[in-house]
Amino acid sequence: MIWRFGLLDSVFAPLAPSHWALACALVLPLLAGVVAACVPPRRTWPVLAVCVLVVACGAWLMMDAWQAGLLRWQWSVAGVTIALRLNGLGALLLVVSQCVAAAAALYAPGFLRLESPGPQARWLWPLMGVTLFALSLVWMAADLLTLYAGLELLSLAAVGMLVLSGKPAALEAGMRYLLLTLVGSLTYLMGVALIIGHWGELSLARLAEVVEPGAVAWIAASLLGAGLALKAALFPLHGWLTPVHQSAWTPVSALHAGLVIKASLYILILLWSILLPETHWAPRFVAWLGALGIVWGGLIAWRAQTLKTLVASSTVAQLGYLMVAFPLLLGPGVAPIAKSLAWQGFWLQLLGHALAKSAMFLAAGNLILATGESSLAGLAGTSRRLPLSLLIFGIASITLMGLPPSAGFTAKWLLLHAMVLEGHWVAVAALLIGTLLTAAYMFRMFRYSFDETAPRHHYQPLGRGMDAIALVLALAALVMGLLAHLPLALLQGGDA
Amino acid sequence: MTENMAWLPLAALAVSLVAAIAIFSLPETARPVRTVINLGAAVCKVALVALMVGRVSLGFEDTFSFQIIGGIDFVLRADALGVMFAGLSSILWLCTTVYAIGYLEGAANRKRFFGFFSLCVTSTLGIALAGNLFTFLIFYEMLTLSTYPLVVHAGTQKALAAGKVYLRYTLSAGVVLLLGVVILYSLTGDQSFASEQGLDRYLDDHRGLLTLVFALLVGGLAVKAAIVPLHGWLPRAMVAPAPVSALLHAVAVVKAGAFGILRIIYDLYGIELSALLGVTTVLAVIASITILYGSLRAITQAELKPRLAYSTISQVSYIVLGVCLVGPFGTIGALAHLLNQGLMKVTLFFCAGSYAEELGIHRIDEMNGAGRRMPLTSLAFTVGALGMMGLPPTAGFITKWYLGIGAIEAEMLWVVAVLVASTLLNALYFLPIVYRLWFCQGPAHGVGQWPDEQRLGRLETHGWLLWPAVFTALASLGAGLLAGLPFSPLEWATRVAVGEYLP
Repeated sequence: MIWRFGLLDSVFAPLAPSHWALACALVLPLLAGVVAACVPPRRTWPVLAVCVLVVACGAWLMMDAWQAGLLRWQWSVAGVTIALRLNGLGALLLVVSQCVAAAAALYAPGFLRLESPGPQARWLWPLMGVTLFALSLVWMAADLLTLYAGLELLSLAAVGMLVLSGKPAALEAGMRYLLLTLVGSLTYLMGVALIIGHWGELSLARLAEVVEPGAVAWIAASLLGAGLALKAALFPLHGWLTPVHQSAWTPVSALHAGLVIKASLYILILLWSILLPETHWAPRFVAWLGALGIVWGGLIAWRAQTLKTLVASSTVAQLGYLMVAFPLLLGPGVAPIAKSLAWQGFWLQLLGHALAKSAMFLAAGNLILATGESSLAGLAGTSRRLPLSLLIFGIASITLMGLPPSAGFTAKWLLLHAMVLEGHWVAVAALLIGTLLTAAYMFRMFRYSFDETAPRHHYQPLGRGMDAIALVLALAALVMGLLAHLPLALLQGGDA
Repeated sequence: MTENMAWLPLAALAVSLVAAIAIFSLPETARPVRTVINLGAAVCKVALVALMVGRVSLGFEDTFSFQIIGGIDFVLRADALGVMFAGLSSILWLCTTVYAIGYLEGAANRKRFFGFFSLCVTSTLGIALAGNLFTFLIFYEMLTLSTYPLVVHAGTQKALAAGKVYLRYTLSAGVVLLLGVVILYSLTGDQSFASEQGLDRYLDDHRGLLTLVFALLVGGLAVKAAIVPLHGWLPRAMVAPAPVSALLHAVAVVKAGAFGILRIIYDLYGIELSALLGVTTVLAVIASITILYGSLRAITQAELKPRLAYSTISQVSYIVLGVCLVGPFGTIGALAHLLNQGLMKVTLFFCAGSYAEELGIHRIDEMNGAGRRMPLTSLAFTVGALGMMGLPPTAGFITKWYLGIGAIEAEMLWVVAVLVASTLLNALYFLPIVYRLWFCQGPAHGVGQWPDEQRLGRLETHGWLLWPAVFTALASLGAGLLAGLPFSPLEWATRVAVGEYLP
């Protein structure tokens, strides 16, 4: 399992330009964020220039990682060795993060112009930069310390972004999120301390060699697991998620729901595959919670009254899809074919959901901005007046429902295939029920929008490109389903 | 001629997809451009499918494929059975587009309507040309998604409620189908429809599993094919505009289900294996029940469109019944009916829509004497109705004749009884309408008034509404009269059946 994460020695050294690409991919978001805080961009093109550069660096790293199989960097600073590594999986996550962050950043100027918030808006840019930096760090970290630093930075930046709108509700939800995420960090830190105290290893690769199953591994894994589950909003620790999104700014929600919570999930599966390889009960437990989460999240979204609650609750259910795959990835005695299918399905689902959920948040934000109403009933008549925003929402919802030809479908196919091979029928049922529940709440929203009897009211015209950005993300999630072998080849590429 | 023109099936599929994208990107007010795109794409598609038919008759099977994930490909293949369904859908798309342009004159949300209409046809063609079960599944689900906005088009509470029921049935069925496909793939790997090797080699070890998968697959498809007791969505979906009902009933949704069952039995399991598993007999009984139940319910309907809807439920099961007779004649009857029923049913729905638009007629007791006011429409309706009953020389007669021979050949005499009973029932619910049209005194004779008369055109109604109905009526007459000529539905059905039974 460890080799799948690229925790081994690399054969080839990174190409010379890759060092620059790495530096650029890490530092440029920070730098651009600071500059934008001083001189907030009023137009889209300066943002676009930076985004193109960052994504180009990510794409370069991805190409190099694909060819070399694994890239490693190592520095010694004051006696502490810091190492970064990038394999196919990491590169894929990196590029998708950069793309989603770029979409959120490109969306922001138009959004801020319409929203006309106070002077605190300028803080959005550095916080976004820090978020992308921290995400990149998490995908590339090769030791516990870097991982912790990335996670902590990510959580704080996320809290900062989510309270930017300054509404009392946002502040209250943000405070709760801050407290919970600090509790999560503390628990996580205790787990890390236990590992370091007992095995004395920071590097993940060497830790994997020395870890032996036993009480310490179990306690450490449960501490880490609890902390990360809280941060990732895994059922039943998801209570903070919906209120936080309720009053947050649209681009922030897109970034947060699409990526930030995924980082915690990534760390969770990475550390558990080191600490608890081939265990029976821990992944089973997560899978049971996941199955419940699929149903619970679906039901909450089904009776949601506002659009943002619907979209945010659906995240809880979608994370459940990932949780039910845990026994296939970590469980004992799983056939190699099933494991490989589940591995591909897991990441494809995560990536597809990241793209589709951010697209959906942007589309929902557009609908709310244009109608001036946040309730579902306020959407009546939008199918006539705002067909494009609604179509984007629809395309994104195809991925979330897991209907063909979307990434969600191909991922679900892979997971189902693995589950059928292994005879995990409860998980199969959970996935299929999840499909129906998702369809139920998505089409409930469309039913409101098709209502032609509603009174007409004023619609705020949207900025150019605000729909286009969401459309590109939604279509990317759709096309990823048909061309799934390309990203999946990259996952395999890291294996070699 | 080259060996494999891979672009051909892809182009046939892409024409309507591109049309849909173009329509979505045009503004609502761009009516002339939209009309040109609609008709141009429909004509292009007919031409491309005609080319495909020619290629198949020369013995080529054009195939387009690319990899989706390891071991699973996206495959479009123009084989005889697929091209048959593709031909039906492309010709009826052209007719229905013409009709819809006239029908929706001045209505709201036309951009949305025609956009999803094109997507719906794309999905139907994809279903026809799908070369393996995975590709089939993709387009089958796409069909559900693209027809929903058409069903709820009116935006009224009734339409929205009907849409809800429609989704509840079709999406649940989609999930069942998905489960069946996944289990089958985990057993056999990618199984092409073109594979010479059926699933026979799994019979000894996995008999129970094969039967279960068959039940899941056919159960999932039976919802769209409106087989009793999974038919509940169809009469409710009648709130959709007339062109949508026409397309849904004649080609798109119900036929997609029936066509899927054909693919499963002929190209996936193979007819011998299906017979060995004993599933065909069960299916034949269910189909017979559906035929009789649909006809009985049709008699009790007082409104025209619901009566036609129940008639569809009954007629589509002829296709399934024909397949389950497990013999060449039954197959010919089933395949010919796939085409003939499409032509006849679309005619009937066109006429029903024209009556509603021109005269405001929705109920059957309002139809007295409409033959005098709208002679051509009524003539077309009469041809369709007689065809449904299976009177010579219409297309419907061909079907029943071959089904009857097939039943006798298979020594299933009770099927003959079902056919006779069904014909009587058909006559019971269609003949009164025909009688009212031509022989009752109505507003055209100065007795009473039409519910809501409009004078839509110089002719008896708007030309865009009239000519498609006349064309399809003539076509369904021709399919019966000229059944012996090459490229007629019967001839093509025979070609497919021969390919199936004489390898």
